[in-house]
Amino acid sequence: MAYARDLTAIRKLIASHKRWDLVFACTGVLALMVGVLTFTALFVDMAIDGVPRLTWDFFTNFPSRKAAQAGILSAWVGSCLVMVVTAVVAVPLGVGAGLYLEEYAPKNWVTDIIEINITNLAGVPSIVYGLLALGLFVYQFGFGQSILSAGLTLALLILPVVIVATREAIRSIPIGIREGAYALGATQWQVCKDHIIPYSSAGILTGIIIGMARAIGETAPIITIGALTFIAFLPPSPVTSEPPFLNFEWLTSPFTVMPIQMFNWTSRPEAAFLQNAAAAGFVLVLMTLAMNGFAIWLRYRLRKNLKW
Amino acid sequence: MAAVAISAAVENRPGQSHAVDVPKAEARKLSFYYGAFRALSGLDLVVHENCVTALIGPSGCGKSTFLRCFNRMHDLYPGNRYEGEIRLFPDDTNLLAPGVDPIEVRMRLSMVFQKPNPFPKSIFENVAYGLRVRGERSGRVIADKVEVALRSAALWDEVKDRLKEVAFNLSGGQQQRLCIARALATDPEILLFDEPTSALDPIATASIEELITDLKKKVTILIVTHNMQQAARVSDYTAYMYLGKLIEFGRTDQLFIKPKNKQTEDYITGRFG
Repeated sequence: MAYARDLTAIRKLIASHKRWDLVFACTGVLALMVGVLTFTALFVDMAIDGVPRLTWDFFTNFPSRKAAQAGILSAWVGSCLVMVVTAVVAVPLGVGAGLYLEEYAPKNWVTDIIEINITNLAGVPSIVYGLLALGLFVYQFGFGQSILSAGLTLALLILPVVIVATREAIRSIPIGIREGAYALGATQWQVCKDHIIPYSSAGILTGIIIGMARAIGETAPIITIGALTFIAFLPPSPVTSEPPFLNFEWLTSPFTVMPIQMFNWTSRPEAAFLQNAAAAGFVLVLMTLAMNGFAIWLRYRLRKNLKW
Repeated sequence: MAAVAISAAVENRPGQSHAVDVPKAEARKLSFYYGAFRALSGLDLVVHENCVTALIGPSGCGKSTFLRCFNRMHDLYPGNRYEGEIRLFPDDTNLLAPGVDPIEVRMRLSMVFQKPNPFPKSIFENVAYGLRVRGERSGRVIADKVEVALRSAALWDEVKDRLKEVAFNLSGGQQQRLCIARALATDPEILLFDEPTSALDPIATASIEELITDLKKKVTILIVTHNMQQAARVSDYTAYMYLGKLIEFGRTDQLFIKPKNKQTEDYITGRFG
C-alpha cells in the first residue's frame, strides 16, 4: 500500500523505466537499418549501372566477345532448366522425408541422430556439395557436366531446407485436428493425405520456394561440377513438335547459369562488361525477389482458411 | 446451496429411467500406464445401452484418460500401456486386445473432443469425412447421411444453405454441434464426449446438453464432465473417479442424492475438489 500512495514517485519510476524502451527501440531500428540500407544501396547501385543495358536483346542474345552484343539467353535458360530439375528432385524427397520424420518415424535415438544430421547438412558449405557432386554425379554416375548434375547438386543443397520447412509446417497443425481424424477411424496415410499435407502445404511451399531462391543464386557448387562460363547455344528443347512431345536430351546438355555468367563478366577488365554483370545481377535479384514474393502471396492465400 | 441445485437438476431431468438397462460395454479391471506412471488402477464399470453415463471427478483424476481408452486414442502415442479389458457387447469383443485393430475400434466408437476441432474444410466435408474414410463413394448416400447427421445434431436448419462454407466460420457452439454430427454420421455404437462444453458459453452449453439428452435414444453415450450440474442434468449413470480409481458408480439420482461413499459426498457437496 505504501508504494501505491506515492504517485509522483511511481510516475518518475515509470518514466525512467520507459526510457529503456526508447533506448532499445532506437538500437533495434539501427540494427535493422544496417541490413536494409546495405541491401538497398547495393541494389540501387547495381540498378543504376545495369538497367540501361536491359533491352530485349540482352535477354535474347548469347554471350559475346563484344560487350554491347552480349546477352544472358543461355544463362537464364540454363538457370530455369536447372531449377526445374532441382524442384522435381528436392520436393518429393524433402516433403517425403519430412512427413516420415514427423508422422511415421518412431521416436528413438536413431531418429534423433537423423534429425541432428539434417540440421547439420543445412550448414555444410555449398562448395562441399559441389565436390560431392563432382565425384558422384559427374564421374561415378557419368552424368557429365550437365544440367542434370547441376540440378541434382542444388537439390541436395536445399533438401535440408525443404525437410525442415515441411516438419515445421506439419508441427503447426493443432493436435486436435489430427486426433479428430484418427478418432473417425482414419489410417495414418489417410490422415496424412487428407489433412496433414493439405493443411501444411502453405508452409511447405514457402520452404520450397525459399530453398529455390537460395539455389538459383548458388555459384560455387555449379562451378565445381564444371558449368561452362561461355556458352553460345541452347540445350535441346524439352518440348518437341512430334509425339511424345517431350524430350529429355536437355538434361545431359552443357549449360551455364546466371551467377556464373555474372561472375564471368565481372572478371573482365572492360567497363562495358561490368555493366553487363550489373544488369545480369539485377535480373538475378529480381528473380529471387519474385520467388520470395510469390512465396509470401501463396502463404497468404493458402492460410486464409486456416485459423489456428 | 450446490447440493440443492444438483438435486433439483436430478429431479427435473427429462427422459429419465429405463425399465431394464442392457450393458453395452464393460470395463473390467482396467488399468492404464503412461510409461511408468499408473494413471488408472483396476476400474470396473458398465456402460448401459441408450443411457448417458457421466464420468466426474477433480482435474487429473483420470476421467479423460479412461474415456480415451474406449477408442484406443492412447495408441497414437508411444509408451502407453493398457491392462485389463473393455468388452463391447453384443459381440463381446475386448477392445483392448492386442489383436484388435485400434482403427476398427474407432470405426465403431466415435468421439467428440473438449475443444471443437472441425477440419479446415467445408461444413459438408467435415461431416462426410468419416464416410469417406469408410470408402463410401456414392455422392447420394453421402449427401443423405450428412443431412441425417446434421439434423440429429440440430444443426441442419442453420447450415443447410451454406454447406460449402468453411467450418471455421461457424460459432463455437455450432462448431461443436458440427463435430457431433461428424461423429454421428458413421452410426457409432457409443459416442464418447470429452468435456464437450468446457470451451463453450452457457447458451451453447445448454443446446449441447439438450442434444445429448435427445441423442441417447439412438446411441449410447459416455461423457466426461468437470461440471457436476451437467452430469446431474444429462446422465442416467454417474461414476465418480479420484486419483485413477473409481470411487463410486451408480444411478445418477442415487449417487447425487444418497451417495454411499463419504469421498463422493464430499465432492458433490463441494467440500472437496
